[in-house]
Amino acid sequence: MRHVLPQPVLSLLILGLWLVLAPSPGLGHLLIALGLALGLPWVTRSFWPNPPRLANAWAALRLLGVVLADIIVANIEVARQVVGPPERLRPEFLEVPLDITDPFVASLLGSIVSLTPGTVSIEIDRGVLLVHALHVTDGAEAVARIKSRYEAPLRKVFAC
Amino acid sequence: MIAEIIVSLLLLLGGSFALLGSFGLARLPDFFMRLHGPTKATTLGVGAIIVASLLHVGTSETDAGPRELAVTLFLLITAPVTAHLLSKAALTEQRRRESKGGGASRQ
Repeated sequence: MRHVLPQPVLSLLILGLWLVLAPSPGLGHLLIALGLALGLPWVTRSFWPNPPRLANAWAALRLLGVVLADIIVANIEVARQVVGPPERLRPEFLEVPLDITDPFVASLLGSIVSLTPGTVSIEIDRGVLLVHALHVTDGAEAVARIKSRYEAPLRKVFAC
Repeated sequence: MIAEIIVSLLLLLGGSFALLGSFGLARLPDFFMRLHGPTKATTLGVGAIIVASLLHVGTSETDAGPRELAVTLFLLITAPVTAHLLSKAALTEQRRRESKGGGASRQ
């Protein structure tokens, strides 16, 4: 089973996406979708030495909700900062020490950070996530916020 | 009628956020600050436009609904990756300049 389907979730995602994007339902598209869903994870298997396992689906849903809500807040906040006088902004580089060791989960955290309030992840290097924040009043608090709001739930989702 | 008004409002909202994102890109003073505009404002901008599109399709009986959701998914996956690659390149470039001496600091 592990050899045919190294990553069941990824396969399911590819299958679903292809069928959704197909212009018309039909056996042909189903066959292509199946081929891709089985083939792509197999071809790219050497990029995934330890495929991440979804350990807690409920935590994943809750994290998704938090992130979506934060994206909306982030947009309004950044929109306001962009319109206001740029001299008032205090941008800063933040170093977030990571407890996550899995590279895939770490880059997932980086993506979440990039999508949410006033922060863009710059680099993940030796267990430290370098983040650029558009406006920081308290650096330590901003780091703690990223760790408690996104990293802790992510570790629960993937049990790592 | 009500659906049309909501769709129009969402389109306006999405358009404004996309505009603000571009505005930030043009206006903010340095590269890392500029990154913030497009990575954020565009996600909600395009997000609102996609919700408008979903509503419009939902009320006018053609079936393209799930396709819009796929677009959202691709957008949410690719936007941070692009930002990450751009900023990584900028950081490398800056470090290279600093190590040559006489470069500006990171801020």
